[in-house]
Amino acid sequence: MSGFIAFTVLGLVTGAGYAVAASGLVLTYSTSRVFNVAHGAIGMVMAFLCWELTVQRGLPAWLAVLLVVGVAAPLLGALAERVMMRHLAGAPEGTTLVVTVGLLIMLIGAAQAVWPATARPVEPFFGQRGFRIGTAFVTYHDLVMVAAALVVAAGLYGLLTRTRIGAAMRASVDNRDLLRLYGARTSLVSALSWAIGAALAALAGILLTPVVGLSYFDLALLVISAYAAAVVGRLRSLPLTFVGALLLGLAQSYAVGYLPPTEALSGLRAAIPALFLFAALLLSPQATLRVGQIKGVAGVPVPTTRRALVAGAVLVGAAAAASFALPAAQNDQLALGFVYGIVMLSLVPLTGYGGFVSLTQLTFVGIGAVTVARLGTASPLGLLAAAAVAALVGALVALPALRLRGLYLALSTLAFGLLMDKLVFQSSLAFGFNGSLSVPRLAGLRGERAYLLVCAAAFVVVGLGVLALRRSRYGRILLAMRDSPAGCATLGLNMRWTRVRLFALSAGIAGFAGGLLGGLRQTVAATDFQLMGSLPLLLLAVVAGVTSVSGAALGGMALMLLPVLASAFPALGGLVYLCVGVASVGLGRDPNGVVSHLFKLGRWRERDRWRPAGLAPALRGAGVHR
Amino acid sequence: MRPILELVGVTAGYGRIEVLHGVDLALPRGAVMALLGPNGAGKTTLLRVVSGQIRATGGHVHLGGAHVNGASADALARAGLCTIPEGRSVFPNLTVRDNLRLATYAGARAADVYGTAFDRFPRLAERAHQLAGSLSGGEQQMLAMARALATDPAVLLVDELSMGLAPLVVRELYEVVAGLAADGVSVLVVEQFADAALAVADRAAVLVHGRVVATGGPDEISDELANLYLGSVT
Ligand SMILES: Nc1ncnc2c1ncn2[C@@H]1O[C@H](COP(=O)(O)OP(=O)(O)OP(=O)(O)O)[C@@H](O)[C@H]1O
Ligand SMILES: [Mg+2]
Repeated sequence: MSGFIAFTVLGLVTGAGYAVAASGLVLTYSTSRVFNVAHGAIGMVMAFLCWELTVQRGLPAWLAVLLVVGVAAPLLGALAERVMMRHLAGAPEGTTLVVTVGLLIMLIGAAQAVWPATARPVEPFFGQRGFRIGTAFVTYHDLVMVAAALVVAAGLYGLLTRTRIGAAMRASVDNRDLLRLYGARTSLVSALSWAIGAALAALAGILLTPVVGLSYFDLALLVISAYAAAVVGRLRSLPLTFVGALLLGLAQSYAVGYLPPTEALSGLRAAIPALFLFAALLLSPQATLRVGQIKGVAGVPVPTTRRALVAGAVLVGAAAAASFALPAAQNDQLALGFVYGIVMLSLVPLTGYGGFVSLTQLTFVGIGAVTVARLGTASPLGLLAAAAVAALVGALVALPALRLRGLYLALSTLAFGLLMDKLVFQSSLAFGFNGSLSVPRLAGLRGERAYLLVCAAAFVVVGLGVLALRRSRYGRILLAMRDSPAGCATLGLNMRWTRVRLFALSAGIAGFAGGLLGGLRQTVAATDFQLMGSLPLLLLAVVAGVTSVSGAALGGMALMLLPVLASAFPALGGLVYLCVGVASVGLGRDPNGVVSHLFKLGRWRERDRWRPAGLAPALRGAGVHR
Repeated sequence: MRPILELVGVTAGYGRIEVLHGVDLALPRGAVMALLGPNGAGKTTLLRVVSGQIRATGGHVHLGGAHVNGASADALARAGLCTIPEGRSVFPNLTVRDNLRLATYAGARAADVYGTAFDRFPRLAERAHQLAGSLSGGEQQMLAMARALATDPAVLLVDELSMGLAPLVVRELYEVVAGLAADGVSVLVVEQFADAALAVADRAAVLVHGRVVATGGPDEISDELANLYLGSVT
C-alpha cells in the first residue's frame, strides 16, 4: 500500500510536468495551427541553458530559472515565429510540420555544438529535501512541479478566456486578415503565443530534467509525452490536456512500479508514452471532412518516359565512371547516397503525391534490413522479401490509422516508430538490446564497385517505377485526394484502400532500400533506424524536393554528405544542421523543394509542357470528365 | 471641405494582374456612397486597397486628409476606419461576446461596446455566450454591424452587406447604415442589390473593368445603370 501511494505521488508529479509541456503545445497549436515538433527541443535547449547559468556561471537557481523561462525562452519562441512560422500562414499542414522538424534538428545541433556530450548530473531544486504525506516522501521539487502546473493552468485559462489578447489569439486562427481589420497587431499576437509556448516548454524541460536527465534526445522526445496528453484534449481543450498528462504520468509510474522486471517488459515501459499516444489518437473522435478546401500546389513537370530512361542511363553511367575514379571507401559512400535516395523515393508517392507525412520512414528501412539479416540469404529474393515484409507492416500500420487525417496521422507514425524501436528492434526478435546483426551482400558482389552500380541501378529502376505511378490513373487519384479529400469523397472514390495501398507501397520501397543498406553496411543495429535519424531524412527529402525523383536523388546525396561534412569539419557539426533547418524556412514558399528551382532554370522554353498538378487533371484521369 | 476619403488615379492588382486601372473617387464627409458594378469589376479590390489589405501600385489614397498609401490594415483600423469585408465577417469559433471584445482594438471600452451592441440588436444579447459561427447569417451580419456601431468610426467600408440575406434583414441592416450616417459617419457601401444601397445613399459611383465610369446622385445612377452595365459585357 505504501508503495502504491509513493507511485501515485510520483505519477502525479511527472504528470504535472507533462501538463506544463502539453499546455504550451496546445497554446501554440490553437493560436497558430502550427504543430510544433520542436517543442521538446526548445525545452531541452533551455534546460541546458539553465544548467549553464547555475552550475557553470554560479547564478542562484531562482534567478537562472527566471532568466531562462522569463527572457531567453520567450525570445527564442518569438524569434522562431518571426523567422520560420510567419511565412507559413495557410501552408499545408505537412509543410508546417516539416519546418518545425527543421527547427528541432537545428536546436539539437546547436545544443550539441555549444554543450558537447558529457555527463551532467542535475540536482533537483532544494536537493533531496522534502516532507512526508503518510508513508510517501514528497520532495520540495515535486511540490514546485505541481504548483507550477496549477499556476500554468489557471494562468492560461485566464489569459485565453478573460483577456482581449487571449481572444485575439483564438481569433487569429479563425481569420487573421479579419483580425487585422479589427485593429489588432496580428504579428504581435502570434509572437506572443509562441513566446508563451516556448516559456512553458522551457519550464517543463527544467522541471523534468531531474527526472529525465539532461540529455539532448530524451528531453527533445518529451514532446511525445506532451503530444499524447495534448491529443487527449484534441489539441484544443486545456482541462482535458491536463487530465491526459496526469493519466500518462500515472501509467508510467505504475508501469515502473508493478510490471515484473523482465527484459521483454523493459522495452514496454519505455514505450508507454508512445503507446498512450497511439491509443489517444485512435480513440479520439475525428473532425469531419471540410468541403471546399482545395489546397492544390503546382507540381514539378513529369518527364516523358524516354527522357526519364535517358536520365536514368546517364545516372548509372556517371556512377560507373565515378566507381573507377574514386577509392573504395568513397564508392561505399556514393552507394549509401543512392540507398538514401531510394528511401527518399519511398516518400515521393506518400508525401509528395499523397500529402501524408511519415515521421519514421527509417523504421521501414530497419524492417527491410532485419528481414534480410534474419533470412541470411544472399539471393536477390532476399531484397524482395524485405520489401514484402515492410509493405505488410506498412499496410498494418495504415489500417488502424485509416480514420486519422493530417496531423493526427503524422503523429501516429511517430508513435509507431517509437513502438517499433522499443518493442521490436531492441528485442531479441530483431537486434536485441544493444545488439547488432550481420547482413549478407547480394550474391557475388564482393567489390564496392559492383555494389555501387547495383545501388545506382536500383535507384533508377525504383525512380522509373515512381514516375510510372505518377502518370497512372492511381497517381492522379492520389493528387486529387491530396488537393481535395472532400471532393473525392463526394465522387465516391474509396480513399481508405487507396491509402492503405499507398502506405504499403511506400513502406515496401523503404524496406527494399533497407535490404540494400544492410548489404552495404554488412552490420546493422537498432540505433541505425531511430526516430532521430528519420527526422533529418524527412526534412532533407522535403527540402530537396519530395514531389520529384530528381529531388529524391538530390536529397539522398545530401543526407549522405551531411555527416561526412560534419566529421571533416567538426566545428561545423551543429552548423550543418543549422543550415538544413534554415533551408526549411524556404519551404513555406515552395513545397516542391530545391529541385523545382533547378527545373525553373531550364524551363523558360518549355512553358507549354508545364502541367499543374491540380484537381481538374486528376479528376479527368479518374474518368469524371471525358 | 475636402472629402474624407479620396482616391486619385489608384492602380492595384494581384501579382502581375492589374485589376484597378486608375480609380478616381471622392467620399464626402458624412455621406453614404454606393459603389456599384458588375461581378469582377474590382469593387472588393478597391475596398481592400482603402483598408490597407493590399497596397496600391500607383496613385494616391487620402483618408481624413492624410496620405495613407502603404499604411497597414491594423493601423488604419485603430485610426478610425471600420471595414466589414465580403462574406461573414465574424470569428466563428469565438462567442458573440468575445467577438465584440475584439472590437475594442479600435478604441472603445468593452462595456460600451457590449451596451451599444446589445441595445441595438437584442437578439445578440440573448446569444452573447453562443459561438458566432452558430448564429444565422443575418445575426452574423448584425454582429459585424454592431462593431461599426459601437466603435464610432470616421469611415465605414461595407462589402456586400446583403449577401445571402432575406430582404427584411437587409432593410434592417441598411437602417443601421443610415443611422450611422446621420451620426456623422462617412460610409462607402459596395452592393450588388443596387436598389437597397441606392435607397440610403447620397451619392453613387459605378465601377466597370477597374475604372469609375460614372458618379452622381442615386437617381441619376439608378436610371443609367442598365446602360453602364451593358457596356461592360462586350
Ligand atoms: N486574390 C486574388 N488573386 C488574384 N486575382 C484576384 C484575387 N481577388 C480577385 N481577383 C481578381 O480581381 C478581379 C476583381 O475582383 P473583385 O473581387 O475586386 O471584384 P468585385 O467587383 O468585388 O466582384 P463581385 O461583385 O463578384 O464581388 C477579378 O477578375 C478577380 O478574378
Ligand atoms: Mg466583391
